[in-house]
Amino acid sequence: MKIIVCLKQTFDTEAKIQLTDDGKISDEGVSLIINPYDEFAVEEALKIKENMGGEVVVVSIGKERAQEAIRQALAMGADRGILITDEALEGGDEYTTATVLAKVIGNMEYDLILCGNKAIDDQSSQVAVRLAEKLGLPQINVVTKLEVSDGKVVGHREIEGGSEIIEAPLPAVVTAQKGLNEPRYPSMKGIMQARKKELKKLSLQDIGLEPSAVGASGAKVKVLEYSLPAPRKAGKIIEGEPAEAARELVRLLREEAKVI
Amino acid sequence: MARGIWVFAEQRNGELKKVVFELLSEGRKIADQLGQELWAILLGKEVKGLVEKLAPYGADKVLVADDEKLEKYSTGTYTKVISDLIREHQPFAFFLGNTAMGKDLAPRVAERVGTGLSSDCTGIELVDGNLHFVRPIYAGKAFAKTVCPEARPVMATIRPNVFPVSEPDAARQAEVVEVPVQVGMEDLKAIVKEVVKQASGRVELTEADIIVSGGRGMKGPENFKILEELADVLGAAVGASRAAVDAGWREHQYQVGQTGKTVSPSLYIACGISGAIQHLAGMSSSKVIVAINKDPEANIFKVADYGIVGDLFEIVPLLTEEFKKLLA
Ligand SMILES: Cc1cc2nc3c(=O)[nH]c(=O)nc-3n(C[C@H](O)[C@H](O)[C@H](O)COP(=O)(O)OP(=O)(O)OC[C@H]3O[C@@H](n4cnc5c(N)ncnc54)[C@H](O)[C@@H]3O)c2cc1C
Repeated sequence: MKIIVCLKQTFDTEAKIQLTDDGKISDEGVSLIINPYDEFAVEEALKIKENMGGEVVVVSIGKERAQEAIRQALAMGADRGILITDEALEGGDEYTTATVLAKVIGNMEYDLILCGNKAIDDQSSQVAVRLAEKLGLPQINVVTKLEVSDGKVVGHREIEGGSEIIEAPLPAVVTAQKGLNEPRYPSMKGIMQARKKELKKLSLQDIGLEPSAVGASGAKVKVLEYSLPAPRKAGKIIEGEPAEAARELVRLLREEAKVI
Repeated sequence: MARGIWVFAEQRNGELKKVVFELLSEGRKIADQLGQELWAILLGKEVKGLVEKLAPYGADKVLVADDEKLEKYSTGTYTKVISDLIREHQPFAFFLGNTAMGKDLAPRVAERVGTGLSSDCTGIELVDGNLHFVRPIYAGKAFAKTVCPEARPVMATIRPNVFPVSEPDAARQAEVVEVPVQVGMEDLKAIVKEVVKQASGRVELTEADIIVSGGRGMKGPENFKILEELADVLGAAVGASRAAVDAGWREHQYQVGQTGKTVSPSLYIACGISGAIQHLAGMSSSKVIVAINKDPEANIFKVADYGIVGDLFEIVPLLTEEFKKLLA
């Protein structure tokens, strides 16, 4: 089984979001992690490889330091990594991201492509599906259980109030959801080995894409501005005996907040 | 020129999603401002009867694709039917609910017809003839305003529960157009083998108007019974913090937060939840937040509109009784 995992480096979930002077999202002092959903994808790929043999290749688009995230996946057990990094990619959207991934992955060998079902930063849950469409592959989205056998894949996918069991022929794109597995921690040995594994860096020129096709100039959707929510103000603490407090809360929800 | 506002009339088992009415209500306003028509797109098997439910909310026309092959949702068949329709009629905008189906379908359609998509939007504004969308990012810790300047249709998935449903007008009629369904084997690569329903009968978290949520303070799975009882009285959904989910007390699909569901109910009642940043990220856009926690220093009180410092095992049953009295 040749498995490709698409991985994005994101802000730590603890990160406080601030804007720069020119209104962009500031990354100053923010620690970076593998997008948690992509970590489920890496873990699943490693488990499949352990069962069936094969290779796990991690592909990421990002800045230079996204290498850290790829190294971590290599330390978990992935075989090699590819980072596509280029200034011309700035300002892209899900469409241009999928364009770049499809260009790189389209030239590779694969039986299965695993991605996270969304990235916790831009939260768009589009790239994996767009990639599937570009490569002409079926998709099983938001999967909490996966069985891979010769030539096909069966995934349990979360829907409102239940789940769907979906079968698709390989190759296919599958997106991981929390519940699929518990990502392993890299072992000391894994970390040592990861240093020697191949991590290839590619520019747009290397992959044969014109700068005009990607980044801000290729994007279909543009961001006009970023803003922060108004901070919530602490409200009323309702004092008194439990029974009294409960009665008062119900009254306030009805009469003041008008939500009941 | 691209014209018309389209809404995806998502249904499962012959039942329309609530978000469809929200989209029609909002779509009607935009269509009126632009002087254009509002169309609903309905796919399924034996779904024609649903048309009369769509018309009162403002649909001028309903395109119905009624076919055995569309009985169960599948990405391939639905994408084929809808993108053919888009290519034929060239709408200006197309809205879908940000539901399990909408999230699976919208990016696929957008990619096939070569357009952009703003996902999980909570605001729409018409500015100089184009649509601007507001999308929460970083689980609501920030917002992005997006625009799709050139590619058409302008596509967006809209978060359920954000737009109000307008008063239905029973006198409104919609023209029904039956669409021929042309799907082949190549559209059916991934097939739904089975749909497993959970027998909870409770409203879904992301659609719920009221959510009662429990955290590590619940102490064990059996104690969620007291939240269920409160939820029953309020017609609410029951959510959980990651601590409760990781302990195995609740299934992960009920997790609220940065790596769980993002919810925006009118009322969110957090019981035994400390208010970690990842939890707040998923629920801080709730209209009103209530916190019940025995620790007066708990972070959750910094965002709660109303708080009771105390033992949830004592307070929650009392609340249930009070609501019962009120709503009886
Ligand atoms: C990558 C990552 C992603 C994460 N994603 C999420 C997410 O999506 N959602 C999420 O919720 N968390 C998430 N977390 C975890 C988060 O950091 C917190 O650990 C978690 O939210 C804590 O859950 P809790 O508030 O239930 O538990 P605790 O923090 O342990 O709080 C329990 C609270 O219950 C109160 N309590 C105890 N007994 C009682 C009683 N009898 N009556 C009243 N109050 C009582 C205590 O005072 C305490 O405040 C994530 C963490 C990471 C690292």
